[in-house]
Amino acid sequence: MARIELDLAHSYQARPKADADYALLPLRMTFEDGGAYALLGPSGCGKTTLLNIVSGLLVPSQGGLTFDGRDVTRESPQQRNIAQVFQFPVIYDTMTVAQNLAFPLRNRGVAPERIKQRVGQIAEMLELSAQLDQRAAGLAADAKQKISLGRGLVRDDVSAVLFDEPLTVIDPHLKWQLRRKLKQIHHELKLTLIYVTHDQVEALTFADQVVVMTRGRAVQVGPAEALFERPAHTFVGHFIGSPGMNFLPAQAGQDLLLVVGRAMGWPDQKLPEGPLTLGVRPEYLSHAPHGDPHALCAKVVQVQDLGTHWLVTARIDDHTLKARWDPEVIVPEVGDPVWLRVVGPHTCFYKDEVLVG
Amino acid sequence: MNDSKPINQKAWWLILPVILCVAFSAVLPLMTVVNYSVPAKGWTSSAVLVVVALSLLIPWNVVGTIWQIYGRADIGLFGAALAKLGIEYSYTGSARDAWLTVLLMDVWHWTPLVALLCYAGLRAIPDAYYQAARIDGASKWAVFRFIQLPKLRGVLMIAVLLRFMDSFMIYTEPFVLTGGGPGNATTFLSQYLTQKAVGQFDLGPAAAFSLIYFLIILLLCFILYNWMQRVGTSQPTEVAS
Amino acid sequence: MNTGRFQKRTLFLIAYLLFAVLPIYWMVNMSFKTNDEIVSSFSFWPQHFTWANYKTIFTDPAWYSGYINSLIYVAINSVISIAVALPAAYAFSRYRFLGDKHVFFWLLTNRMTPPAVFLLPFFQLYTTLGLMDTHLAVALAHLVFNVPLAVWILEGFMSGVPREIDETAYIDGHTFPRFFLTIFLPLIKAGVGVAAFFCFMFSWVELLLARTLTSVNAKPIVATMTRTVSAAGMDWAVLAAAGVLTIVPGAIVIWFVRHYIARGFAMGRV
Repeated sequence: MARIELDLAHSYQARPKADADYALLPLRMTFEDGGAYALLGPSGCGKTTLLNIVSGLLVPSQGGLTFDGRDVTRESPQQRNIAQVFQFPVIYDTMTVAQNLAFPLRNRGVAPERIKQRVGQIAEMLELSAQLDQRAAGLAADAKQKISLGRGLVRDDVSAVLFDEPLTVIDPHLKWQLRRKLKQIHHELKLTLIYVTHDQVEALTFADQVVVMTRGRAVQVGPAEALFERPAHTFVGHFIGSPGMNFLPAQAGQDLLLVVGRAMGWPDQKLPEGPLTLGVRPEYLSHAPHGDPHALCAKVVQVQDLGTHWLVTARIDDHTLKARWDPEVIVPEVGDPVWLRVVGPHTCFYKDEVLVG
Repeated sequence: MNDSKPINQKAWWLILPVILCVAFSAVLPLMTVVNYSVPAKGWTSSAVLVVVALSLLIPWNVVGTIWQIYGRADIGLFGAALAKLGIEYSYTGSARDAWLTVLLMDVWHWTPLVALLCYAGLRAIPDAYYQAARIDGASKWAVFRFIQLPKLRGVLMIAVLLRFMDSFMIYTEPFVLTGGGPGNATTFLSQYLTQKAVGQFDLGPAAAFSLIYFLIILLLCFILYNWMQRVGTSQPTEVAS
Repeated sequence: MNTGRFQKRTLFLIAYLLFAVLPIYWMVNMSFKTNDEIVSSFSFWPQHFTWANYKTIFTDPAWYSGYINSLIYVAINSVISIAVALPAAYAFSRYRFLGDKHVFFWLLTNRMTPPAVFLLPFFQLYTTLGLMDTHLAVALAHLVFNVPLAVWILEGFMSGVPREIDETAYIDGHTFPRFFLTIFLPLIKAGVGVAAFFCFMFSWVELLLARTLTSVNAKPIVATMTRTVSAAGMDWAVLAAAGVLTIVPGAIVIWFVRHYIARGFAMGRV
């Protein structure tokens, strides 16, 4: 259990000049003791690099990090006392499940009775007790990942457990079971957990706080709600949510707001002047009465009944808007015009991709 | 009638155990250690691999020629060194020395094959295993015993079987080195067959001999093939990060 | 990385490299000496450096024809091996037919069989066909172990190419030959390289069949050298030079394919 503070940047090149040379642009972040964090982002965004720096498998080229105030930048993973679970199960094929779990403790010279007790405890928590004496190599992928996890948990002074897309090789119908197990473990052991994934569902269900990353930059850190309601960056708006946020070009003048060239009623917030991007989630793109000053008229191109909601796709000029409506609402036909309220309390405005209003 | 003749040959019992020992000597545990020391990447890796693989590319008769020269006490480095140390050594005179020289020569010639196989096998182990071992606090010996050796099991088996079978049919190197002598000491199976078939034109027994020889190889092939199939399918498709 | 372990590793490596290189070095050493110097003194490098031995080999037809003969049949063999193996490997990779696994196994047995077993039948066959002492005879004889190896290696690489590529090509309207030559082959060119290398290597080094099936016209260098051995007067210097020259093609080839070697071995196909 440790509080981890980061103040670093990393580049794989010797002399980075431009932003593109950095794998991780300068960032400052704190992982609180006992918190569950997710690093979320598409491939190549730097999340695995960040994880490896925290675990000690990689030394950052600039800056450093501390565990509970102690500078660990140059320390090895062993010295930092972290545990890591990889994308595919890493187990010792020739050993049984019990021997696998006992391995880290044996290497530290822990007394055999204590080892046995600890192994039993962790196996029970992971529901592996029945298989303790079986050869680890013969088990299914999800059991093997549990063993990998168990090896990390078996040390009682582990500072943090790091996960690098651990559910990649697990069958879909077993994923939710493992996710639930992870949450349970977090609740019981109160460890600092850091979870890397590109799957937003995994991230949002697992973590208290999600770090959204893109191209080496951490664009927003916050709970799921904040990411959903007030994305700090257009990338977050686009990446989170299914489907992601709708974006429309806008222009703010002294007392005029143009959205896609049409004049709109002023929103409640103060906006900087100049070109902006308007962002509104499909969930908040509601049906407005004809002529509403906060709404735009678009032409319906597709209506899909997804059971729990309608997905209405409409076009205005060259822009496509998607709206999610409740099943009880009466939907227009394809080809009909529809008024959609774009400016509302949940609308976000972005200047140069950053949230301004 | 013709079939029974080769089996009764005294030569069989002389030759066969010799083959086996030659075969297994080529697969020394040393090889795994050697592999451990080959650098993984960079130009040194290429250079070392090329130097190591050199002895595989030498025509087999040249291998015999090299050792013919090398082993002589008057003009060869090895022979002269042994003579300096006061060791009695003559591969033309003593059957035991001839036999040992063939052994050493075969080891020198074919070890790179095992080395390259093991090298490829080691490169195939994903980094995550080494990282996990570091995190678990495993010692170097533990890494070798619990990660590398199990993962190399398939490759080593292939190497052992290949070496066994190739040694079984060795011909050129001992032929060039000693011509089969002194006496019959280093006349191995292939040479014996060749002598019978093409030298003495003793076609009946030669044909029978060929057949039995072939059947033995077939059996070994079968074992090798099945083993390789099993090893092939059991390789997990690891997802690299 | 602690330096203690580093030193032990390098020590092992150096010891092994010495063991591997010394005999070869010794032969190179001898090839630059004269016969007199070889039998009279014993030194790590030539006291009287001479190119005479190499000159002999390049000027004496008895020697250089051996090299030319070897190169000819090895080249013929490599070309035929690959040409035959490509369609065969494609069939094994893409089609399922009755007995396909068994035929593959039978191919394997050809690779593993001692050439001595084939000696007698080949001898009689080629004599009857009047092919004795020709380059073609040796090239064809070596197909016995090279074609299976080539098929084996190529099949591995071909199976790595997804079937969808074949299907897309047909949908696009390519005929099979065009598809094979312009689309498929470039995808497996690493495999063709590895297969060609191994075919070259195993044909270049083989002695038994090459020696038995030739006498004068097509005598390869490997046979020329053994003939020298059984002669009364031992021309060590020229023999050493000849030996060095037989290693040179192999060394050159291995330098060019060094990146593929590990891959070829990784499939355990050798």
